[in-house]
Amino acid sequence: MEPIQIAERLKERFPEDVREIKEFRDQVSVVVKREHILDLLRFLKEEPDIQMDLLKDITAVDWLGKKVPRFEVVYHLYSIKFKHLLRLKAEVPEEDPAIDSVMPIYIGANWHERECYDMFGIQFRGHPDLRRILLPEDWEGYPLRKDYPLEGYKGEKDWSGFREVLQIAKRNKKFDWYGAQG
Amino acid sequence: MSNITIRDLKEDIRTGLKTKELVLSMGPQHPSTHGVLRLVLELDGETVVKCTPYVGYLHRGTEKLCEHRTYLNALPLSDRLDYIVSMANNVGYVLAVERLFGIEAPARAKYIRTIVSEMARLSGHIIWIATHALDIGAMTVFLYSFREREWLLDLFEHLCGARLTTSYPRIGGVRNDVTEEFLDSLYQFTEEFPARIEEYETLIDQNRIWLQRTKGIGIISAEEAINWGLTGPVLRGSGVPYDVRKFAPYDAYPWVDFEVPVGKNGDVYDRYKVRMQEMRQSNRIIKQCIERMPKGPIMAPDAPKFTLPPKEKIMSEMESLIHQFVLITKGPIAAPEGEIYSAIEAPKGELGFYIVSDGTGKPYRLRLRSPSFVHASVLPRLCEGHLVADVIANIGTIDIVLGECDR
Amino acid sequence: MGLIVDTSIELIEVEEGVKIIPGANTIITTLDKIINWGRASSLWPVTFGLACCAIEMMTTGSSHYDLDRFGVIFRGSPRQADFMIVAGTVTKKMAPVVRRVYDQMPEPRYVISMGSCACSGGIYNTYSVVQGCDSFLPVDVYVPGCPPRPEALMYGILKLQEKIKKEHMRWSPFR
Repeated sequence: MEPIQIAERLKERFPEDVREIKEFRDQVSVVVKREHILDLLRFLKEEPDIQMDLLKDITAVDWLGKKVPRFEVVYHLYSIKFKHLLRLKAEVPEEDPAIDSVMPIYIGANWHERECYDMFGIQFRGHPDLRRILLPEDWEGYPLRKDYPLEGYKGEKDWSGFREVLQIAKRNKKFDWYGAQG
Repeated sequence: MSNITIRDLKEDIRTGLKTKELVLSMGPQHPSTHGVLRLVLELDGETVVKCTPYVGYLHRGTEKLCEHRTYLNALPLSDRLDYIVSMANNVGYVLAVERLFGIEAPARAKYIRTIVSEMARLSGHIIWIATHALDIGAMTVFLYSFREREWLLDLFEHLCGARLTTSYPRIGGVRNDVTEEFLDSLYQFTEEFPARIEEYETLIDQNRIWLQRTKGIGIISAEEAINWGLTGPVLRGSGVPYDVRKFAPYDAYPWVDFEVPVGKNGDVYDRYKVRMQEMRQSNRIIKQCIERMPKGPIMAPDAPKFTLPPKEKIMSEMESLIHQFVLITKGPIAAPEGEIYSAIEAPKGELGFYIVSDGTGKPYRLRLRSPSFVHASVLPRLCEGHLVADVIANIGTIDIVLGECDR
Repeated sequence: MGLIVDTSIELIEVEEGVKIIPGANTIITTLDKIINWGRASSLWPVTFGLACCAIEMMTTGSSHYDLDRFGVIFRGSPRQADFMIVAGTVTKKMAPVVRRVYDQMPEPRYVISMGSCACSGGIYNTYSVVQGCDSFLPVDVYVPGCPPRPEALMYGILKLQEKIKKEHMRWSPFR
């Protein structure tokens, strides 16, 4: 099936949830509302002539200042049997950045959702273990948002674990051999 | 002389000496050279009851850094993802950007990119077998296989000047042409390499210890593997013939013939066999590409707004000079608005690039879908209920590189 | 009976500060030289590969660019090591681990910072990368490169050997 046909089928089945269908360079993105994302994905997985059984990726995009709602959670789905790819984009507003977790359907969504939470601050309802994965667990701030500086914060606003390391280094400096630098 | 008799001790053992589970941290600094992966294992004797992987010790902020760099400047950042096979990452990134812009590289460039991707695949699998065997205990394979890897790295150096972190492909083609010496030396390599693969296999294939430590370990079925999102040799070891080179071909793969090896049981031994066969197939692909290489340009000549023009034209034509200036300083500002997902078959699995462009010369969002991130998440499923020694075999078989996992 | 000492024989100076008695199996030199020579000729690093530079460190240790001929054997535990090669990007999450491994090494200990990321942060000037491991570790030799060639790392290790040979009274408890 062509991806555009899958998008049309999806729109027939869930007319209120599908907001827009876009096509660019032979790839189709479907912009949906976030409420019934589990039903949408379950339909796409179990329908006999669509069968999207491989969840390739879950990520998010931050449209600060350019679009309201601010975040979009993007799912890439693929079918190994029929060889078609579809992209679903669920809109998530800034005031309530939460969406249902799709772990009941795809177990592999576990770490992808943890990474989205880590980098953007989007909460996934129903996730068994939502904590930071790439950054230390007590880090403050969500780096991939557009209002977080690239170089991070230095000095006092830095991560507390790193400030402790600098203090340990200063304390142990008197045991260093004078020939070394630093 | 003491009052404790044998009968008392037996009584104690029968009523239950109290034991506790041991929490062991296989910390980020570990001799198994797989990088900085931390596993916290809860052990009951030798059996692993719970396994929690902690990643992120090499998180360098590549995705955020790419948003502040032009499309050309972000190319060296893609090198350092899976640093063992940097050519393959470069080809993946360049292919994604080309698909976004709607340009296509000429045929000679496609063949060259296929050759370097397959050389990178050989290089990656050589390190995989060397470190996997080293962890399980067979150290000789490490010393023998690095000899071949040095040959490949010498060829890379001859081609583009760098051994490890090459940045050789460019948007629209490759940076410079291959020489006849390079092709001759590479052809010589492909003649000799099958004998070397045989050598590695004779070292470990029929060894009783290897068979006991790899057969029946880390079994995962096909549906479960697909549900977890696994790709690459890990999925093919379970019987699913999913290979991006066959399902969505790119570069010169439609024009060469090769097979995709598939396993049966989904255990460590099958994945080992799949990767050894893949090395033979890569050898075959390189040989065919060398024989069929056409003559022609190496950069897309019909896309001056996106590709760097050749140096002779810059020095003589005004328009090429302007294009070169704009491309280097601001990036391709004629980029269309839109988004693309493009994937290649990296040696570890499927490496995907999701680029969102807003019409400026810098990507608005660059997402790297790395296979090692997904494979590291399946470690608890493979290790729980088995022995500590199997943890090492499982880490080796899923073949993660932390630079790619953490980005 | 009695000691025959022939004081008219000249001591031959083989190297600067190292003298031999011709005909007898003796070498006369200072404690500094002997101990520094012993330490420099058998430097055992702890394997601390973090990122891409770790691969170049591995190739330097394997057969083509052998490091074993310089006496360098990679040890797994910091308690049995002489020095540490910090190879690769040091992130803020990893920094406490690096410092702890360094603190576990017994004296005399040295640090080689290998690669641009360990020397100064490299191309990653971001929120999670420490801009140079010398902000929390005392570094003896810097080996820049991205990644440095195996020959460059060998040169760095030889420079460390030269630095050790120039030390004065580091073996003594009275400094």
